[in-house]
Amino acid sequence: MNATPPDSAPSAPAVLPDPALNRNDFRTIVELVDPGVRVLDLGCGDGTLLKLLQKHKGALGYGVEHDPNRIMDCIEKGLSVFQGNLDEGLRDFEDQSFDYVILNLTLPEVHKPDFVLNEMLRVGKKAVVCFPNFAQWHIRLRLLFLGRMPVDPIIPHQWFDTPNIHHLTVCDFEEFCGRRNLVIHRRGFFRTLAGGRVQESMLFPNWSASFALYVLGHNA
Amino acid sequence: MTPHSAHPPEDKPASAAGSAGLVVPQHVTLFAPPATLKLASGAEFGPVTVQYETYGTLSPEKDNAILVCHALSGDAHAAGRLTPEDKEPGWWDVAIGPGKAFDTNEYFVICSNILGGCKGTTGAMSPNPATGRPWGTEFPMITIQDMVAVQKALVDHLGIRRLLAVSGGSMGGMQALEWAVSYSDMVETIIPVACTHRMSAQGIAFNEVGRQAIFADPNWNCGDYYNGPSPDSGLAIARMIGHITYLSEKAMHRKFGRALRHRNTYAYNFETEFQVESYLHHQGKKFIQRFDANTYLYITKAMDYFDLGAGFPSLRASLKRLKAKTLLVGFSSDWLFPPNDMKEIANALRSNGADVTFLVIQSDYGHDAFLLETEELTKALRPFLRYARRHVADRRDRANETPPLSGGEVPVL
Repeated sequence: MNATPPDSAPSAPAVLPDPALNRNDFRTIVELVDPGVRVLDLGCGDGTLLKLLQKHKGALGYGVEHDPNRIMDCIEKGLSVFQGNLDEGLRDFEDQSFDYVILNLTLPEVHKPDFVLNEMLRVGKKAVVCFPNFAQWHIRLRLLFLGRMPVDPIIPHQWFDTPNIHHLTVCDFEEFCGRRNLVIHRRGFFRTLAGGRVQESMLFPNWSASFALYVLGHNA
Repeated sequence: MTPHSAHPPEDKPASAAGSAGLVVPQHVTLFAPPATLKLASGAEFGPVTVQYETYGTLSPEKDNAILVCHALSGDAHAAGRLTPEDKEPGWWDVAIGPGKAFDTNEYFVICSNILGGCKGTTGAMSPNPATGRPWGTEFPMITIQDMVAVQKALVDHLGIRRLLAVSGGSMGGMQALEWAVSYSDMVETIIPVACTHRMSAQGIAFNEVGRQAIFADPNWNCGDYYNGPSPDSGLAIARMIGHITYLSEKAMHRKFGRALRHRNTYAYNFETEFQVESYLHHQGKKFIQRFDANTYLYITKAMDYFDLGAGFPSLRASLKRLKAKTLLVGFSSDWLFPPNDMKEIANALRSNGADVTFLVIQSDYGHDAFLLETEELTKALRPFLRYARRHVADRRDRANETPPLSGGEVPVL
């Protein structure tokens, strides 16, 4: 049996770097999880991150999403998705049944962030949370000098049609974790969603970082 | 957040969808002596004649076959027309055909009348070979498991070793689930729609009222009515009860409200006054022309026996047998088989680490939604099947990369 002739083989997609990995949030999460982990992505959208985790880390991944159109996108990618609303909690999910529970760029959209974060650490051994930092200096200056709710690449919505109902800052989140006695295993700060680099520590992150990513756990 | 396209480019608009065309029902006799079908009840039965139809073309690799399972009152005629003058297409014609959810340009779709049916497959109406007379209530009690065993024999007969998908709504969904646990190595994916893992007490209750209506009809005559008048009024009442459970309160109210049939004021008598009464009578009358009362008894009983977790410590333990990629679709207003039942299946599968997706389509149509919400259902089914097909092809390609052992059959690509 001859091997497939090279000219008939389509350009092997595996060799190409995944363009989605240009996203700092996606790349950081893919890098930080161990191979073969069980992950739950809350508000998984079109499933891009789950697909990356499956492809690059062989993760057993499940998504939760409420938008039917986005669920169809996940189905197209062959992913396992549950239609559901995060504010109703994760009552269908057993305690500590996942290695990681991810909430990527969805925290400001949930009605009960405190409850959702609590549920994440009930169901998962670790929680990964990434959110836009409302105290980044662009946003501060816009609010200070223009007196208008900021609309920029970090928060690209007008006040009247934003899905974000709980804006927060790096300082707010750190303080919240302290108050809830949560352990911060890792931090990642970055200035743009795609491009640039992710820094574990940044000078004045609450002023400089556009996005912050945290890996959280319970106190042992 | 990442931009996404709601409609993948491969999706043709609904207007491009066509008909499966003229179809010819086919027959095969299975479990002929000395073989017998071992029923769940322990009884041995055979032979079984099966009526089935197929749509589309089986690929040379025989890897594009989809089995569609019908519900309580369905039959093998799922799509297309039997004659050019045929007014009504098959029962799931909206979903089966070129460019439709089960795209017959891509897939080879099979639908057979269930064991115990009255539409060409051996059932209570068929002659008992020992007496030459219809079986009637001498026909053995059957279960969903038995129906699926017959379908499996049909699939074997067609030379198909693995089904790309098994799908169906309501009792058809029960069959899809049963397939995935009974013949787990023969199914790539299952798509159970608007169904449950076990008949609820409420479901059994409604079925029992339907059966009692038939028993109470003097024409039923203990099931021996094939030479005389049929228990039409009993069967019609059973169907009327069924129809109430298929519609949501909202859908019924929107469709009929309190509208009267002929006049604007009440007649103050027992004539058929309200539109909704007239609708139910019409459904009952239509049904007796095409269905058999004994068959109704047997099939409702088979549904009542259905319990995927039976014989196992839990539903989850039972579902450990399942290997297929699963897409569960429920409808928000379905109260006969509420989406929550499907969620229980989905949760159990997820706990097992199985590949499962659970979708609830918002609809006011109640249980009937599975035949009506075609557009939404198609949106989920097409990408799901497309992925499954691609996945199967990739796996085959990978297997072909390593040279087969001598005598290995090389599939035509």
